[in-house]
Amino acid sequence: MNRVSSRKLKLAQREAFTAYAFVALWIGGFLVFTLGPMIASLYFSFTDYNIVDPPAWIGVKNYVDLFDDPRFWQSIKVTLYFASLALPLGLLFSFLLAIMLNQGVLGERVWRTIYFLPSIITGVAVGLLWVRLFNPQLGLINAVLREIGIRGPGWLHDPQWAVPALVIISLWGVGQTMIIYLAGLQGIPTDLYDAATVDGASRIQRFIYVTIPMISPVIFYNLVLGLISTFQYFTIVYTLTGNAAGDPARSTLFYNLYLYQNAFRFLDMGYASAMAWVLFVIILALTLLVFRSSAYWVHYEGQLKR
Amino acid sequence: MSVSEATPSPKQEQLPAVGRLTQEKRRVGSVRRENLVLKGLISLLLAAGAVIIMTPILWMISASLKDVNQIRQRSMTLLPLKYTLVEVNGEQEPLYQVTVDGETRQMALIRNRPEGIGIFVDPQNPQEEHLLKIDEQLQLEHVELHPENYANALTKAPFDTYLLNTLLVTFLGMAGMLFSCSLVAYGFSRFRAPGINILFLLLLSTIMLPRQVTLIPLYVLFSKIGWVNSLLPLIVPQFFANAYDVFLLRQFFMTIPLSMDDAARIDGANPLQVLWYIILPQARPALVAVGIFHFIYAWNDFYEPLIFLHSQEKWTLAVGLQSFNAVYTINTHEIMAVSLLMIIPPIIIFFLSQRIFTQGVVISGVKG
Repeated sequence: MNRVSSRKLKLAQREAFTAYAFVALWIGGFLVFTLGPMIASLYFSFTDYNIVDPPAWIGVKNYVDLFDDPRFWQSIKVTLYFASLALPLGLLFSFLLAIMLNQGVLGERVWRTIYFLPSIITGVAVGLLWVRLFNPQLGLINAVLREIGIRGPGWLHDPQWAVPALVIISLWGVGQTMIIYLAGLQGIPTDLYDAATVDGASRIQRFIYVTIPMISPVIFYNLVLGLISTFQYFTIVYTLTGNAAGDPARSTLFYNLYLYQNAFRFLDMGYASAMAWVLFVIILALTLLVFRSSAYWVHYEGQLKR
Repeated sequence: MSVSEATPSPKQEQLPAVGRLTQEKRRVGSVRRENLVLKGLISLLLAAGAVIIMTPILWMISASLKDVNQIRQRSMTLLPLKYTLVEVNGEQEPLYQVTVDGETRQMALIRNRPEGIGIFVDPQNPQEEHLLKIDEQLQLEHVELHPENYANALTKAPFDTYLLNTLLVTFLGMAGMLFSCSLVAYGFSRFRAPGINILFLLLLSTIMLPRQVTLIPLYVLFSKIGWVNSLLPLIVPQFFANAYDVFLLRQFFMTIPLSMDDAARIDGANPLQVLWYIILPQARPALVAVGIFHFIYAWNDFYEPLIFLHSQEKWTLAVGLQSFNAVYTINTHEIMAVSLLMIIPPIIIFFLSQRIFTQGVVISGVKG
């Protein structure tokens, strides 16, 4: 009896050892590429550091400076402005697309492929394409507007219109979000709809009382992801404006762009680290906010009724 | 269909059974018709949206085949059209289809006169001038393709070097990612150990961490050990697993029955052999999915190559293309040619693996 349990213990130890051995690569990577750098970056954020000279401790000066830095506030303003347009519109368009693609219309697969295609080719090539489509004189977009009698704005050359132009580009790539919605819609049990139909619910009522509550976790998920990615928006703006300055007139100075400028243009690593930590706190706070508020509007299947 | 229709009113109750049946039939018929109209409407909307979605890509293809003048004069046409010119008295003049004395002929516009009048001549017989309203005539154009844009563009920058670097980063990184994530996902899905769940939560929580927080110290670290301006910072970290792919693989490994492991164990297989001979062959769809995601991500990534690669011979396609654009901005045709070449591999891979792809997006949602 005693021997058996000690053998069992030995087996359990061996199993635990095997488990740790397999995840060791990740633990090592976590220590070297995540935890270590996190601590270092927190330390750097309290120093004046330009890589060449050793970091000099300056306390909370970087954070105080950030607070007084008009460009920092501009970068927050630009990011939030973009998010306030791109997120709701993106969520709406991708949701509508997913609903239309869930009705069993002819050639559904083809449509799905077409709408998803732009999210495969994100990056520099897309930026270089759109900067030309938005060209005020030669671009396709203003040419089409001219055709219907509208004088198009200067888009990326006009501080007023640069962010809306970026929003349009982001809407072009709603296919990825659409696919996630589509999976959510297809996951709704059909007996819920059947039950609603038997109870005499109309198409619109079924949508409001079955589809929306059942899909709300997916809306929530997409919203959190969208918020996080907006604060890290970079490649498209950099390619469209050709540098990290946020042209024209800092109207596209996104948070991540300004961080990049400080770190890799001005080599102000301490200041940039402070920005990175502020970013981390912002993302955590926004995510928590969305999580907290979700209790009021997100419906999880299997959740107990209160 | 509305609520009142579904609840039978007293009046309907009194109808003879047959009448009620035909009414029921009619109601189903009207629902079908309503469905058909709705589906038609949706198809129409989807088609309109698809045209808008595809236009930028078609424009890119078209621009890559035009010359500078075609882009400047006819930016709206998706067909690479060019106004037809004809030689009159040693000068190139635009050719029109004109109507003279009720007869349709081709004539060149050689001079403009006030009030929209132009002087037209027959190229064969330039002495005989016709005064005609320009607006009423049809200017002739023809399709003119410039496939040489591609060859010209590719010689202007070392795109072969960029391609090689991109392939190295993409495929070595993919190998490292598949290797490390398989091992780690196997560890997280198959064994009991104290604290393993906490470790897994820790792994998941790293998804929330913006990469800017770790990027600066990593840059410092890599520059101290001389890795900046080499491909190593883009490849080596992939050998230490990442949260997205471990999560996706673990979810898949969990669906493989444990009884298969046990059978192999009884036959004397060690855990590594179980992973290699039992788990990985069954997990092929998941491995292909994360592999494809990694390809798309690494192929398109601009941020980290921009930060870590400083000299031209180390650049990847994304950085090289951006710099090519900075130097040759006005050569839209050549930039679009290279851009098109760059988006073709991801598109091909997407079409080859569409089902896996869309399923994977659903599971991971984030990467790509």
